[in-house]
Amino acid sequence: MGWLHLVRRNLGRRKLRTTFTLASIIVAFTLFALLGGLNRAFNAGVELAGADRLITTHKVSFIQLMPVSYTRRAAEVEGVEAVTHYTWFGAYYRDPKQQFGLFPTDLEKLPEIYPEYTVPEARWDALMGNRIGLLVGQAMADYYGWEVGDTLPLFSSIYPQTDGDYDWEFVLEATFTGTGNEADEMQAFAHYEYFNEARAFGTDLVGWLVTKIEDPERAPEVAAAIDARFANSPTETRTSTEAGFAAAFTDQFGNIGLIIQSILACVFFTLLLITGNTMAQSVRERTSEIAVMKTLGFTDRLVLALVLAESLAMALVGGLIGLAIGTLLIDGMAAAMAQFFPGLAPSPAALVTGVGAAILLGIATGALPAWRAARLRVVDAMGRR
Amino acid sequence: MRQILEISLQNLKSLPRRLGPSLVAVIGVAGVVAVLVAVLSMARGFERTLMSGASPDNLVVLRSGSSSELDSGLPGDQARIIAQDPGIEANSMEVFVMVDLEKVATDSMANAPFRGVGLEAIAIREDMAIVEGRMFEPGRRELIAGRGATGQYRGVRVGQTLEFGSERWNVVGIFSGGGAAQSELWTDAAVLQDAFRRGTNFSSVRGRLAPGAAFEDVKDRLTTDPRLSVQVERETEYYAEQSEALSTFISVAGYGIAALMALGALFGALNTMYTAVADRSREIGTLRALGFAPVAIVTSVLLEAMLLALAGGVIGASAAWLVFHGLTVSTLSFTSFTQVVFDFAVTPGLLFQGLVLALAIGFLGGLAPAVRAVRMPIVSALRD
Repeated sequence: MGWLHLVRRNLGRRKLRTTFTLASIIVAFTLFALLGGLNRAFNAGVELAGADRLITTHKVSFIQLMPVSYTRRAAEVEGVEAVTHYTWFGAYYRDPKQQFGLFPTDLEKLPEIYPEYTVPEARWDALMGNRIGLLVGQAMADYYGWEVGDTLPLFSSIYPQTDGDYDWEFVLEATFTGTGNEADEMQAFAHYEYFNEARAFGTDLVGWLVTKIEDPERAPEVAAAIDARFANSPTETRTSTEAGFAAAFTDQFGNIGLIIQSILACVFFTLLLITGNTMAQSVRERTSEIAVMKTLGFTDRLVLALVLAESLAMALVGGLIGLAIGTLLIDGMAAAMAQFFPGLAPSPAALVTGVGAAILLGIATGALPAWRAARLRVVDAMGRR
Repeated sequence: MRQILEISLQNLKSLPRRLGPSLVAVIGVAGVVAVLVAVLSMARGFERTLMSGASPDNLVVLRSGSSSELDSGLPGDQARIIAQDPGIEANSMEVFVMVDLEKVATDSMANAPFRGVGLEAIAIREDMAIVEGRMFEPGRRELIAGRGATGQYRGVRVGQTLEFGSERWNVVGIFSGGGAAQSELWTDAAVLQDAFRRGTNFSSVRGRLAPGAAFEDVKDRLTTDPRLSVQVERETEYYAEQSEALSTFISVAGYGIAALMALGALFGALNTMYTAVADRSREIGTLRALGFAPVAIVTSVLLEAMLLALAGGVIGASAAWLVFHGLTVSTLSFTSFTQVVFDFAVTPGLLFQGLVLALAIGFLGGLAPAVRAVRMPIVSALRD
């Protein structure tokens, strides 16, 4: 315990300097946690993807529609367990600029393909019994302030009803909770039959297929088999794993990961200089003191350890405080940005990396001064006075 | 005044002795400024690219209630009514779809915008011209591509063939200009309607106002026509709206990150300047004992801090300019859901913002240490 006391006293020697260095470490790690959360939000789709699910879209582009009969035909492919279809409705509630994911689908198949969605049984029955019933993610219901039983006038930016109106009536019959990451709860599902019969065009067409396969290991084979099923037809398909589809979508924004990594590299390089400089200074100032310690019988190794402990303590304390602040900030922002940026959440992976980075920072900044202190020859140091 | 000048000069002459700590402050500020300028130049470049092809004399007509051309739809008869409005001099009835093309940068499929246009489309967009090959021939499966698109996607070169589903399209020309259009592939509207089974539906009508015609008149006439249900915007307004979401997002993220980094750099600068003052405490004490005014000493410390920060700012801004200016990338537009190719634009305004930030960090980082320098009792400073 005595050594720890020594480390603490050394850090407290120049309070101002220690405070500023600590503060810049805190800021850097706050940024680290924030960017980690941002990165996670961009990759939410990949995170939520099921290994046993495939997405089949029109080969030309995913906005091109395909016949609903493809659902049945894809189900015949070997290795396929269940198939459902989704269609992008282009839904918005009051503000046309805020479109959200509402998908007319075969609701009955949903629990089989997405077992991670939980719906209370009574509500599920009510949903099945109501043609215009709507299943809404809990996070989305909270965001818009909707309650079960509400009649919701929603608009489609794409599909008019047969009378030419773009407003559709739905009744919120059930809400579902997902895996805990709010991104999957920011969507809603409607009965395909209601949508299909009431819309003015596009009858019997769907947006894309979601397939549950028996063996995730065989995903590439099954995907190829599905595409082969529809080859040389007017509507050819492209099938990929759900994760691959999500990753390709994220890639469309550009290389987000690279941008974030570059910023962090820039921040940490600067931080290394600031902290390293502080450590070097504080050891330089104590040259004669260290010489005295050595004269008293402190070994080289112990001196090295003491200086390293000092820089490690600073990096770890600053790092942990920074990561904590960043995590709190993200939690605070997540609710406010749920619509625009679902899936904004603290990233556990980034936190672990962050702690690792703090340790590395402590060692890197303390190494040179510690080595110097250990190598210090008492005669030289005393002679310098 | 002479005192200020003398001390500052003398102070700066001693800078090389404190090179290590000073460099830390300089590099800290350089990092902040580089990140700020780089991130904001992305937002600025995006806006600039979209706006460059837009003219206030052009109007865009979409189905009312649609957020972009992608979810807009105008039946052929409605589109013709719009196109024949007396206030519109030239028009192009257009179909907008997307196709999957392989992006060179990521090797993955991306939503490329594919537009079917009328004969007057190029004339309406005044800065547009074919720079390689020729215009597509109406009625044939031929397309021309924007210069941005050729660099971003694999296989978009004159003489090559693109395959969309079972359809094959020949790339016959490359065009430059057109703002957002430089990300797009263009073909004959009728051919695209046929290939993508759009019947006689169009997505939008672009028009150029006839000389003397007022935008408001045309807008009123079209929006009140009982046969139509449309929204009419100037092209400039339309693209400003289209770029708003993404550039707001980038700007908010950019300023947020830069503000946090600036805070970190500020602490670094404070450290450096406190050390500088502490190192010179005896010298400062001597100066004050000789009768130099406190204001001269404060100024000299502040000047040093701000010069260091300015040096950092210049380094950071130059680095951002060298690396990013003119860099062409593409991203997914939040509104049209298709790829938009744009160039980073490191504008003088951004460089100025970066330097102002650097000076602010220098000023704040130098102020407290400067005050401490003159507050220190002379006796204890001399004894130190």
